[in-house]
Parts: sequence; structure tokens; C-alpha cells
Amino acid sequence: MDAAPAGEGGARTGSGRWVAVETDRDPGLQPERTRLAWRRTTLSWAVVAVLGVRQALRRPGGGAALPVTAVCVLAAVFLAFLALAHLRIQRLGRSPQPARLSRRAALAVLTCTLALAACGAALIL
Amino acid sequence: MSDIGRLRGAREAVRLWFAPSRVEAEGATPDYRFSLANERTFLAWIRTALALIGGGFAVDQFLTHHLTHWVRVALSLALLAGGVACTLRAVNHWVRCERAMRRGTDLPQSRFPASLAILVAVIAVAMVAVVLFGWAG
Repeated sequence: MDAAPAGEGGARTGSGRWVAVETDRDPGLQPERTRLAWRRTTLSWAVVAVLGVRQALRRPGGGAALPVTAVCVLAAVFLAFLALAHLRIQRLGRSPQPARLSRRAALAVLTCTLALAACGAALIL
Repeated sequence: MSDIGRLRGAREAVRLWFAPSRVEAEGATPDYRFSLANERTFLAWIRTALALIGGGFAVDQFLTHHLTHWVRVALSLALLAGGVACTLRAVNHWVRCERAMRRGTDLPQSRFPASLAILVAVIAVAMVAVVLFGWAG
């Protein structure tokens, strides 16, 4: 029996021979793996955002202005990241050879994460 | 490298982040699979940054019986700063890898992972010491 050729699409025939099948799909499932990486990152975001909200709610003393602002900023950046991830996942699913991540999206992720860190620093101090 | 040279390098790097046309003007578009792998690496660094930021929150919220206020604040801020550094690094490395792939040159080398590992190791050892010796606030 022939071994499956590495990195190529194929199918086994009734007699057990591998034959190449023309397909657009990447046998390494790169778009799918990238989609799951976005999902994992969104999940991490959710955990950190919840910790941030907890931080705002249990802040001792001081006025309510800072915690309220912080919760609003946290919600906004989480939703912004969720939207970014959603749009990217949709783009990844649209074609078998998706376009690369745009510079603007990468900078938006950067902005969200920096806003989260700034929010955290303001709450901790 | 002198400080001025280093500053110029940093300015150059930041200009590269905001100028996609400068990167796209050179070389050939790499295989989409390489770009996707680069994107996943970028996301992995973002998750590392999120873990550090979350760790900063956790230190401030859960170590209240072990550390005095200012030690806790210092440790949290150090972790948050590590998160910010990871985020900046994520974008910078992603841009530089994309450019290297277009030009067909070697991928960029970096001391960042080693520095981060040392920072995390120092904080972990400090935490072990705090728990073992019970430095109560």
C-alpha cells in the first residue's frame, strides 16, 4: 500500500491506493487554525476583562467616577476586540486562501490591549 | 549601539507599523499560509500580553493577605508593563516578519523572549519566597 504523500490532498480508492484530488483546501488547515487562534484570544480577553471589572468593583474608597469610567472603557475595548475577531474570522472563512491580516486590524488589536493595560494601571494605583 | 541610534531605530520601527505601503512595495507577496502562521504568532504574543495583564490584576486582588499595599502595587504594575511590552513586541515582530518574508531574508532575531523569561522567572521566585516566608502585610 502506498504511503500518503505528505502535504498533498488525496483520497484512498477502493483498492487502497492514494490518488491526488484537486482541491483548494489547505491540507494543513491553516485558515481553520488561525480562526481558532482568534477564538482563543477572544476567550483570554473575556477572562482578563472580567478580572478588570472585578478590580473596578472592589476598589476601596475614592469616588465612583473612576470605577464607572473604567468599567465603560473595559466593556468598550472588549466589544471592539470581539468585533475585530468576528470580522477576521468571517474573512478567514470566506475564501480558501484568505488575505493576510490588515495593518489596521493589527494596530486596532494593539490599541485595545494598551487601553486595557492603561485601565488596569489606573485602577491599581 | 548608542542611545541616539537606538531611539532612531525605535522611530523607524514605529513608522513601519503605520506605513503598510512601504512594506508592500518591496519583494513578493509570500505564500498565504506563511502570513497566516505569522498572524497566529502575533495572536499568541497578544495572549501572552493578556496573561501578564490578567496576572497583574490577580496579584492585586488575590494576594491581599500576603503583601503590603505598595509591594502589591509595584508587582502588579511590573506585570502590566510586561503586558504592554509584549503587545508592542507582537506588532513589531509581526511587521518585521512580514517584511522579511517579502524580501526573502532571514526572519528577525530577538532577545525579547529571553528577557521576558527572566522577568517571569524573577517574579515567580519572588512569589515562592513570599509564600514560604509568609511576609504578611
